[in-house]
Amino acid sequence: MLVNSIDIFSILQGNASDDNYNKKPVIVQGMTGKFGSLHTRLMYEYGTNIVAGVTPGKGGQSFDGIPVYNSVKDALKDHKAEISVMFVPAPYFLDAATDALVNGIKLLVAIPEHVPVRDTLKCIELARDNDAVVVGPNTPGIIVPGVMKLGIMPAQPFSKGNTVVISRSGTLMYEISYRLTLAGFGQRLCLGIGGDPINCLTLIECFELIRNRNDVNSVVVVGEIGGSAEEQLAEYIIDTEFKKPVVAYIAGRSAPKEKRMGHAGAIVYGSYGSAESKVGMFAKAGVPVAKRPAEVPVLLAEKMGAYQADHDK
Amino acid sequence: MRLLEYQAKRLFKEYGIRVPNSYVVRSIEEARKYSNELGFPLVAKAQVRVGGRGKAGIIKVCRDVYELDRTVDSMLGSDVKGEIVKSILLEEFIPHDRELYLSIFLDRSKRRYTIIASNEGGVDIESVGDKLVRPVDIFNYDANESVMDEVASYLGLNEGSIDFINITKRLLRLVNEKEAELAEINPLAVVDSTIIALDAKIIIDDNALFRHEELRVFEEQGIETEARKSGFSLVELDGNIAVVGNGAGLVMSTIDMLSDADGRAACFLDVGGGATLDNIYKALTLISRLDKVKAILVNLFGGIVDTSIVAQAIMNAYKDNVINVPLFARIAGRNADIAKDMLRNSRAMMFDSVEEAISHAVNAVKG
Repeated sequence: MLVNSIDIFSILQGNASDDNYNKKPVIVQGMTGKFGSLHTRLMYEYGTNIVAGVTPGKGGQSFDGIPVYNSVKDALKDHKAEISVMFVPAPYFLDAATDALVNGIKLLVAIPEHVPVRDTLKCIELARDNDAVVVGPNTPGIIVPGVMKLGIMPAQPFSKGNTVVISRSGTLMYEISYRLTLAGFGQRLCLGIGGDPINCLTLIECFELIRNRNDVNSVVVVGEIGGSAEEQLAEYIIDTEFKKPVVAYIAGRSAPKEKRMGHAGAIVYGSYGSAESKVGMFAKAGVPVAKRPAEVPVLLAEKMGAYQADHDK
Repeated sequence: MRLLEYQAKRLFKEYGIRVPNSYVVRSIEEARKYSNELGFPLVAKAQVRVGGRGKAGIIKVCRDVYELDRTVDSMLGSDVKGEIVKSILLEEFIPHDRELYLSIFLDRSKRRYTIIASNEGGVDIESVGDKLVRPVDIFNYDANESVMDEVASYLGLNEGSIDFINITKRLLRLVNEKEAELAEINPLAVVDSTIIALDAKIIIDDNALFRHEELRVFEEQGIETEARKSGFSLVELDGNIAVVGNGAGLVMSTIDMLSDADGRAACFLDVGGGATLDNIYKALTLISRLDKVKAILVNLFGGIVDTSIVAQAIMNAYKDNVINVPLFARIAGRNADIAKDMLRNSRAMMFDSVEEAISHAVNAVKG
């Protein structure tokens, strides 16, 4: 397991005894662009402690009073940060990721869509060599409701609680989190792993991060057609006897074969990547799969009720 | 981007992978002309991006000009699983001893490239039990020597093994240099000691196209490519209700629910993150070009979406006669009451739940 040694929660929030607990410094790569500047403001408003921005060629300027540097390397001379959120256009993804990872960033949230798979593969190696975690690319990011937001998700759908939502899709992560919120299931963490064929941080790695946490009481997986990440996760749940209640949703079961449904990763070849295969494996692992987003909290309530009853015996 | 067979074979040739002599034709006249060059018998193969062409009856051996005429006439313009045949590859007929399978593809779960080889070529590899699967390093060709030897001996290639290893090396180089997700030769024919690629399938990483201007000529011209240029993603489907939303997952999910309600989607259209006035108007313009659309289903979700702006875009599209079919929307966001009010006297209806919007859309197309 690649990220066993890295505790994403401690990078995100720190320890309660830290001076900057829940206020960990964050760098934004591509802060001065249209997208980057909009979301820098929204993240800041939510409470994210953004200390510096990076835009090559704009070093020395500032944005909303936040200093801008030419590189992460330069920014880290003045600021101690382990987290970076990246908004650069896809062709610059690998350069920006290299700048972040070789210079000490331990958690990189890579928002850009349309990154070539080749560059993602290289980024995975970089993360491994530098003991860092990369989330994405093609992700809405991470939100710790009530604490911080690293990404482009709206704030409204989310609320504080003990469920973790892991998603391959952006808008569906918002939609399903909103349903959970309405049903009283607040979230400890919502994380988009990204809609690409290869995600730097995998579903299984996400489960490793939360399996021993007492403040997480349930998990919702939002999957979609394409690849076999859900099947592998189901095997992991069986093999490692993952105990927390898990509920899933899979988008794309009516999609035709060999058509890429918006996300680079959402494509079925033969039976490889099909919804039936995923739902079938989840069934073996005891993970109910909702037919539509609104059904997720219903299934979760059932699953948690059963789990509780089992516990009380 | 999936290349057509003749396009993929052009790349094969460029990389020194042997393919039969062939010509691409788009009319009976062209077919007759080039059949003289190739001689009979020859193989006529419809150029579409769908699998299972053999079973679909669109790969035919023609023994004379009459068979050729009849074949070309029935293939051109025909609809194969939703794709219209616009061109045919005429190819010399290659008698051969054995058919093998060879592919190099990006294994998503292992997060690396993999080679697959089998003695059972010419059939769907998924249904083949006897095959060899090994990881390969596409960035460092020399690291694969032992794997290649293993594959060649697995296939029982004696005198042909040198030729086979050369082809495999070239295929690796192609996958690396063109940033392919898949390069497949099925079947790969063995003729004495030489090896020839009878079919070719290549899928290029769309996201890498900015580094490969030379491959742009292979891009299919049409509504899907046009949508991509606007930053949308559109997939044509065979129903009559256009489905629009922000986010690929949300649109897929909406189409799933629509099909549960016995509705059929005419297209998948993801307008991406920005549900702006311009984007929604542009999306409706694209949809208007699909004749089969009898109703439009919109599902937008996002705390920062101003629904009154979306309503304005819809009103404008009706006013400008861009669309003239009913529209059913679920838009979660700000100013929903204002938006509902704006649409009150139009052909558009707004609902609080996507389920309601879907059931109205399905009823509307029942007519």
